[in-house]
Amino acid sequence: MKSDALNISIKDVTKKYGDFFALKDVSLEVKSGEFLTLLGPSGSGKTTLLMVLAGFTRPDYGSVKFGIEEVVLKPPHLRDIGMVFQNYALFPHMNVEQNVGYPQKLRGVSKEKIKETVNDALETVKLDGLGRRGVAELSGGQRQRVALARAIVFQPKILLMDEPLSALDKKLREEMQIELRQLHDSLNMTTVYVTHDQKEALTMSDRVAVINEGGLMQLDTPSAIYKKPNNAFIADFIGESSLLSVKVSKKNVYLGNTKIFVEHSVEEDGEFLLVVRPEKLFLMQDNPTDCNTFSGIIVESIYQGESQLLIIKLDPESYGDQMLRMRVPNGTASLQELPSIGSKVTVGLKKFDSFLVE
Amino acid sequence: MDSTLEITQKRINKTKLDQLDRKERYTLFGLTVPYLALVFGLIIIPIGWLFYMSFIGRDETLSLENYRRIWESKAYFRIFKTTFQISLLTTLFCVLLGYPLTYFMSQLSNRWANICMIGVLIPFWTSLLVRTYAWLVLLQKKGLINTLAVDWGLWSEPIKFVHNTSGTLIGMVHIMLPFLILPLYANMRTIDRDFLKAAANLGATPTRAFWTVFFPLSLPGLFAGLLIVFVLCLGFYVTPALLGGGKVIMAAMKISDNIELYYSWGAASALGVVLLGVTMIILFIASKLVSIDQLGNRS
Repeated sequence: MKSDALNISIKDVTKKYGDFFALKDVSLEVKSGEFLTLLGPSGSGKTTLLMVLAGFTRPDYGSVKFGIEEVVLKPPHLRDIGMVFQNYALFPHMNVEQNVGYPQKLRGVSKEKIKETVNDALETVKLDGLGRRGVAELSGGQRQRVALARAIVFQPKILLMDEPLSALDKKLREEMQIELRQLHDSLNMTTVYVTHDQKEALTMSDRVAVINEGGLMQLDTPSAIYKKPNNAFIADFIGESSLLSVKVSKKNVYLGNTKIFVEHSVEEDGEFLLVVRPEKLFLMQDNPTDCNTFSGIIVESIYQGESQLLIIKLDPESYGDQMLRMRVPNGTASLQELPSIGSKVTVGLKKFDSFLVE
Repeated sequence: MDSTLEITQKRINKTKLDQLDRKERYTLFGLTVPYLALVFGLIIIPIGWLFYMSFIGRDETLSLENYRRIWESKAYFRIFKTTFQISLLTTLFCVLLGYPLTYFMSQLSNRWANICMIGVLIPFWTSLLVRTYAWLVLLQKKGLINTLAVDWGLWSEPIKFVHNTSGTLIGMVHIMLPFLILPLYANMRTIDRDFLKAAANLGATPTRAFWTVFFPLSLPGLFAGLLIVFVLCLGFYVTPALLGGGKVIMAAMKISDNIELYYSWGAASALGVVLLGVTMIILFIASKLVSIDQLGNRS
């Protein structure tokens, strides 16, 4: 089941509902064959953008091109793209086979060919042999697979997915993330995936487009987005982080009275936020060299299975009134020696793990 | 003996928990008692009595003469034929008018759907008799509709709308329409809009999506409404009596005539029993058809 993927060019797409901008001059390019995720909190506009791609929402203005073809004026049934809906939208009056065969039937494919392609699609999603089942007899995970089979059976060049895993339990969801990604690689389609789950986005995507308040905040690879978020919103939304208010004066960074070393400082003076990833912190044994140190009192120590979460109240005199989250991986010897609640600690953060956002 | 005692003791509080279960069941059953008493007193006993009456002939002895008359008389055959014809036509027109309207309502936002629903319900809550007489006023030769139509030149001579089949149908369709709309609307609101979106995404034109996805899913609601309308029509009395003007005679009118004009309770009862029997047969057949269809709609 190979088809040629298409690139998608979105330019200046805007959609207003009353005074509310669901999308505000969004422009982005999805490369052909790429797995791109639209990530954002609910109400950010990510689903609206997907609906614009599918043709269910008409933008106020803007251009959407599949390859070189402008599609913004095309009705959804002529766009020829696969889509997996959040609640799967499997037709309850049809069995699995009929559901998957539906798009083929609409395309006037012959009966034998429908049977063949439906079987292929079901095999691809590992549901072979379940064709005669009713939709009601399937488990959540199986329905998800049927929805996927139905979306790929006619070999569309573009596949859209609207939070397809949100109805599944955590374990199954994590399995499906990997499976969907593998499927994408074998099918050679351009995939646009919508989710509000940052971990899912990081796991599956070639690139992640972070959407908030109707605008594109950052478009980059998962690792770049995690390592170098553009702003405080992304730093907070993607991964865990403590955001500490710092002052910048003549390229020197101060947290309270303490000078902080950062990899890239900013040119202008003013108030900024220091992003501290909890897993990048470490307990200090010796005197600090080439790293920032923070001392304070442990106010909370929580066992979370794979790691221990410490919440540290920084010493107000040196750092101002701020809290720091720290994660110590479980299984390391250090866990036994962890200081208890109420005790004083000093933790370190390497210079190249320290960065500022606005 | 010792071991049994041990087992009973191991099941801590078992007896008392069972008692609680039983008590809850009886309380629930108790809630249905007033209704069951009503059904028994006002439906089972009178119908049983009517059933008995239908076997009483003119000479006050047990006989089958009432049924024999229904079977042999051409007048009765005609009455049943009219009853079914009018009921079927009314149901058909209700579907033709009601289905598109309900579809439209089901696609509106909640707010506008509720406003439309009030439009459906207000006539529904108005007295049947008032509405029927209103049609009589509107439709007669010198009524509003004929006067205006002749004035505007839509037709030259006043058309005879009432005291015939057309008047009966107009009145009955008007009165029966909400009975079709209400169950159909309840059903259509449960059809996920994403189904139509999915159909469109998979390549179906709006028309194709409607016939292959929406319409099949609305069938249970349509059947429910259609059955209610049809069964209510079979026994309908007031509207056909007034708008038909004695020229369209349905079963209910004949029953009334038998009692009021001929004081023949036996004949009236027999007709009632036959009507009930036929209705039940139709409902039975229909329920078979509907249940097959509903299998697919369980999600």
